[in-house]
Amino acid sequence: MTFGEIHKQAILEWEALQNSEKPRIFVGTATCGRAAGAMAVLEAIDKELSRRNIDAIITQVGCIGLCYAEPLVDIIKANRPRICYGGVSPEIIPQLIEDYIISDNPRPDMALGTIGEYSIDGLPKLFELPMLRPQVRISLRNCGLIDPEDIKQYVANGGYSGLAKALRMSPEEVIEEIKKSGLRGRGGAGFPTGQKWEFCRRSPGKEKYLICNADEGDPGAFMDRSLLESDPHAVLEGMLIGAYAIGATQGYIYCRAEYPLAIERLKMALKQMAEYRLLGDNMLGSGFSFQIEMKEGAGAFVCGEETALMMSIEGKRGMPRSRPPFPAVSGLWGKPTNINNVETWANVSAILQRGGDWYASFGTEKSKGTKTFALAGKIVRTGLIEVPMGISLGDIIYEIGGGIVGGKRFKSVLTGGPSGGCLPASMLDLPVDYESLTQAGSIMGSGGMVVADEDTCMVDLARYFLSFTQAESCGKCVPCRVGTRHMLNILERITQGEGQSRDIERLERLAQVVKSTALCGLGQTAPNPVLTTIRYFRDEYETHINERRCPALACTALISYYILPDKCEGCGICLRDCPVSAISGGKRMVHVIDQSQCTKCGTCLDVCPDRFSAVVKVSGGTLTVPTEPTPVTKSKGDNRASA
Amino acid sequence: MITLTIDGKQVNANEGMTVYEAAKEGGIYIPTLCNHPYLTPYGACRLCIVEIENMRGFPTSCTMPASDGMVVRTNTSQLQELRREILELILSEHPYVCLVCDRKRDCEPYRASIRKVGVTTGCQFCPKNGRCELQKVVDYIGIREVTLPYEYKELPIERGDPFFDRDYNLCILCGRCVRVCQEVRGIGAITFTCRGSQALVGTAFGRSLQESGCRFCAACVDICPTGALVEKRRKWEGVAERSVVTTCPYCGVGCQVTLEVKGERVIAAIPSDGVNRGQVCVRGRFGIVEIVDNPQRLKTPMIKRDGELVEATWDEALEIVANRLSWYNEREVAIICCAECTNEDSYVLQKFARVVLGTNNIDHYARLCHASTIAGLSRNFGSGVMTNSIAGIENASCILAIGTDMANSQPVAEVNVKRAVNNSAKVIVANPYWVGLCRFADVWLQYRPGTDVILLGGIMKIIIDEGLADISFIRERCDGFDSLAESLVGLDLDYVAKITGVLPGQLIEAARLYATSKPAYTIYGEGLTQQYPGSDSVSAVANLALLTGNIGKPSAGVNPVVGLNNVQGACDMGVMPDFYPGYQPVADVANKQKFEAAWGTSLNSTSGLTPTEILHAIHQGQIKASYIVGDDPTLHGKLEALDFLVVQGLFPSPVSQVADVVLPAASFVEKEGTFTNAERRVQLIRQAIQPIGSSQPDWWIICQIARRLGGRGFNFNKPSEIMTEINAIVPIYGGISYHRLEKGSLQWPCASGQHDGTAILYQETFDRGRARFTALEYKSSAEAADANYPLILTTEPSLYYFHAGAMSVGLGEFSVLAGEAQVVVNPEDAAEHGVTNGEAVRVVSRRGGMEAKVKVAGTVPVGVVSMPLHLVHSIISLVIDPVSKIPEYKVCAVRLEKRP
Repeated sequence: MTFGEIHKQAILEWEALQNSEKPRIFVGTATCGRAAGAMAVLEAIDKELSRRNIDAIITQVGCIGLCYAEPLVDIIKANRPRICYGGVSPEIIPQLIEDYIISDNPRPDMALGTIGEYSIDGLPKLFELPMLRPQVRISLRNCGLIDPEDIKQYVANGGYSGLAKALRMSPEEVIEEIKKSGLRGRGGAGFPTGQKWEFCRRSPGKEKYLICNADEGDPGAFMDRSLLESDPHAVLEGMLIGAYAIGATQGYIYCRAEYPLAIERLKMALKQMAEYRLLGDNMLGSGFSFQIEMKEGAGAFVCGEETALMMSIEGKRGMPRSRPPFPAVSGLWGKPTNINNVETWANVSAILQRGGDWYASFGTEKSKGTKTFALAGKIVRTGLIEVPMGISLGDIIYEIGGGIVGGKRFKSVLTGGPSGGCLPASMLDLPVDYESLTQAGSIMGSGGMVVADEDTCMVDLARYFLSFTQAESCGKCVPCRVGTRHMLNILERITQGEGQSRDIERLERLAQVVKSTALCGLGQTAPNPVLTTIRYFRDEYETHINERRCPALACTALISYYILPDKCEGCGICLRDCPVSAISGGKRMVHVIDQSQCTKCGTCLDVCPDRFSAVVKVSGGTLTVPTEPTPVTKSKGDNRASA
Repeated sequence: MITLTIDGKQVNANEGMTVYEAAKEGGIYIPTLCNHPYLTPYGACRLCIVEIENMRGFPTSCTMPASDGMVVRTNTSQLQELRREILELILSEHPYVCLVCDRKRDCEPYRASIRKVGVTTGCQFCPKNGRCELQKVVDYIGIREVTLPYEYKELPIERGDPFFDRDYNLCILCGRCVRVCQEVRGIGAITFTCRGSQALVGTAFGRSLQESGCRFCAACVDICPTGALVEKRRKWEGVAERSVVTTCPYCGVGCQVTLEVKGERVIAAIPSDGVNRGQVCVRGRFGIVEIVDNPQRLKTPMIKRDGELVEATWDEALEIVANRLSWYNEREVAIICCAECTNEDSYVLQKFARVVLGTNNIDHYARLCHASTIAGLSRNFGSGVMTNSIAGIENASCILAIGTDMANSQPVAEVNVKRAVNNSAKVIVANPYWVGLCRFADVWLQYRPGTDVILLGGIMKIIIDEGLADISFIRERCDGFDSLAESLVGLDLDYVAKITGVLPGQLIEAARLYATSKPAYTIYGEGLTQQYPGSDSVSAVANLALLTGNIGKPSAGVNPVVGLNNVQGACDMGVMPDFYPGYQPVADVANKQKFEAAWGTSLNSTSGLTPTEILHAIHQGQIKASYIVGDDPTLHGKLEALDFLVVQGLFPSPVSQVADVVLPAASFVEKEGTFTNAERRVQLIRQAIQPIGSSQPDWWIICQIARRLGGRGFNFNKPSEIMTEINAIVPIYGGISYHRLEKGSLQWPCASGQHDGTAILYQETFDRGRARFTALEYKSSAEAADANYPLILTTEPSLYYFHAGAMSVGLGEFSVLAGEAQVVVNPEDAAEHGVTNGEAVRVVSRRGGMEAKVKVAGTVPVGVVSMPLHLVHSIISLVIDPVSKIPEYKVCAVRLEKRP
């Protein structure tokens, strides 16, 4: 079958689907949806439809990125727009089906918005919502909209036309097109993709390899997973284009084993590609041949580093090696190899489908196009977003993310995962592009964005990220293996209230040694969270060290809980809930916490009724309160009256 | 050639060198702990960082390729500061009190008294003190104080394995041990475990080294920069007082080893640079010290009085020997020599036999392993030796290893095969049982023992039929191709498969690989030679090489890598019943006249007897007196019928027990001389210590006896004088003098002092002019299985057994590693014969039985069992190849008897 024929068939089927008289129900069943209960919702839909004997088409789709609103269910009725419902639970399914499918009441109260040309009164358009409006969805173009397990739905939406176009061009022209787009590596380092391909193409050698790096390991990052689960063909098409441009004959997808659904969907996609001759020998009759093999990681973060990843594919212990030689000259099995990450490949297919100039029209002068981010942490609307480069951090956090949970104060955002940096509120106007982030001491990274509020201790946050990189160091080079351990020891000491006067200096000195002498990117960037927190939140370090106080009241060793005698009414809730029986008291007696018993779990503070608010958390000093329970002096209800 | 500027100095370097290597070439020191010339660049310790103009950051010089015009700085203050910080990081995990101590020089003289503690907390308590690379680097960088908190890892010291201990508290994770084990030795017994600050070196699943496949070559110990890996035996010996480079006596490879000596004790034997390129195996590394310093060594001459061996003076002993030997005529005496003596010992011994005793009844154990090579290859080429060099293996495109278990018999030569594999060479292993090289093989032909001729015939037929033969080479340089081709015409591959057990598809694959990957290097061993038709098997290999033009070219050839260290030399020196030194047949009148003139006496032109024939003649009472040099299990229990027996050697043995006179010989570290390795390379051995007790070099003992018997021409004062005589009458050794050997080894033929020696034979012509194909007919083994003896026993070499007399089996830790007698049985046979893994059985042949434990494994084919050769001499077949008179050690019909 020629591509034209495949395309025609796919379009026909897609149109038939769009014009179907049957109701169509979409359930987002990527891993994030499943975690929120999408499979139970799916089961409830099945059950309700068969109970009522309704003939409907159910499609499992990927993730549209609205994590805060999962599980998501979309419904299309004939001649109506697609309505997206958020926060759906199995319990409301019968009612929803009753109301909308049977009685034609779209239930605007439960709906997030509509997708498509037409609209329904009282319902906003989904893509006009604050979270989606500023987004430009290129790599995520199909996520949540098509069935990721059906190659024809991808083809019907423009899929593989980029490949077909590339095969009509010369490899050099394809590289030129990528160069024109200004695409840079979305794995984090931001190396110009076209240039990288060119190096590999020009490397002598018949055998060349191409790798898709899907070993996404940053805490708080899930861009690649979501993309692979929601639109695997966008990535695979990019790989084929890259292979053609470079002259590679064998490709590998190195996917972390912790992503079983992504692996399953990739395998399914590869099988479908082979059926349609989009893989293997003489692809689409072009004379170009290419194979793709899946490799699963074994849980090592460092295998996301390109040279360690290649070692792992070769069956060796995943440890990075020095460059040069660069992979473009000597990579996998010592042959010229090109490696790009999942998001880069998904952009490649879009660029070939719509042109390099089109892609370059987004973003800034040096950072073209869009970037996906995984919004996590203390932010109202968590989720997966794709924004044009150059958008400000503040726009992402406040406009798209909806600000900080509970109306608290924003403190910092960590970009680039554990290798990135923590940027303060003063940097909210910073444009998100490679150069600006680097200048601010952070990195673009693969796109994790973790938001911290006023309750987060920046020293503790730095300690957390360093404990991650320290544990994930492969142990090969001295600075990373030993240097990060010493840094971690110092940070642990500080958060324990045992900081020493020259600790900040020691940290900075060690960080400098590790940064400038570690072998690979993991080591070279591991000190970033420490260095940026010292740079922007030095006072927090100093307070920990000099005053033995944690300003965010987060470091357990530095805080104490007290019950205020003038507020406690002796209700006994805290006494009952204290897991270590550190609280003594009695009816109408002011309760007392035995500080020597207290494990600082914070339960008392959580359970003390708001109307009393008798429990307080303090750091850096002690409160003078009675050591034994004393009778409550004020009359009942005083607190409420005064409040 | 490229030029760099390093620290302002112009440095020339070769293309492909790293900046580190270029600097070293230019005499500029850059500190490093993980880099090593044997290993691929690694870049872990980060101490070798440099600054390079127009390059950001601090690249590691060990991984950075040098390029023309590069401007490098190696010692700026910033670099030194960073290095100091990195070294501090290393020292924060390694005991360092000593390293930075300002009194360390003053302390030096007293350290011996405080050292022997269990835990290493500082250099004075460290077995590697004075040899530790960390000490050197600390001195260079000049650390006075370590400001980081020190953390002792508190790991238990691994002491459970033989030969060396592992104290990972001293490990700096440079990875050299892991890399040398993997990259150079191809073993991979150790690896990195865990990650982050928990990362460590260890074995998979924390098993013992032995369980992890360790071969105890100690390459890891030798390459470790710190005291983490240290030999048990020299742990507290400290730094050697002197060192002597010599040649290892434990196989035909001829590795160069450095003996480290303290007083009159050899404290270690470490690999040196030579044919072995810094590698050695467990025998050389630990066996030398074990043998030399063994309390059981013979220290004084012994004579038999009233049925008891009692100590005697040299005068008494020599007088008795001379007197008694004079009682017998030339047909009543015989000499059997080991293949471990020096060339000079061997030469004097055969001269003694021929000149003084007037007999050609002299032979050595090469008859039992190498004789078919001489006979077989001589038919094809005109002489019977290894055609190429061991070093050539590395650059071969294809390696055929047939009938050889190199991992156990010549481990260091096997390292070269692994180097070739790293260079993408194809490997064909042909062996009945699984050998270490199978792990690297593209094809493993698991053929039935004794079917070599038809197996190789099948391969040659495929090569001829597919037009892969090198016709122009054949036309130019060979005769007899038509008769070879004709002999193969009717050969049916299915028939070959039936006889050999190898499927036609595998044969075709092997044939194509061998014929199309050039140059192809053939290695063979005792698996091929110790056969009833052993000389035919050897000829078949030679045919195959000729057929594909793989002779007379680099990295090709037919190469028997012999098992014993001086098999080649003993043959060269004429310790054979039918040849004078230099392969000059005794039956040839011209030779007789030549040697009569040289030795000033008349000679006996009757060829003598081989060892098997001598033993037979002793049994028949024809030979009455015998002189045995060394020991061999084949002699045990077979010399009792003699009137008079002299045994000369290092250790008491079952043979010396029945001797009338026992003479203590000096070991190879106590004398001078030369060995000739498998590739015809003559190498010096150098004296490191005085002879143990009153032992004396073999050549000295023989000369003393010869002189007492009135022999002329035995007034040698030192081995170099013997070599001068050899130079004069052995043309292939014509130019090999001690003077030249001091500067480096030489490969014979080396006709004159101007000749550089010969690495590759037959480049222009063969010894017989044109080579000849030998058309062969498949002969089945002499021994066949039947209903009573349904299984075929084949024999394997053992890594932990070596020919230092029967003693080596019981020597220290070697006995632990050698383990108990095992018979390997295929699972199908085990089921059929009702035996289980670990069960004790009797292995019974037509000649007797012995106890062994069953090991059930698929490493042997159905119908075949295997055992180590040195254990089974009492039961194996002694039928000999009629041409070369080699016994059929590889095929023996047996049955397994369950114990009641």
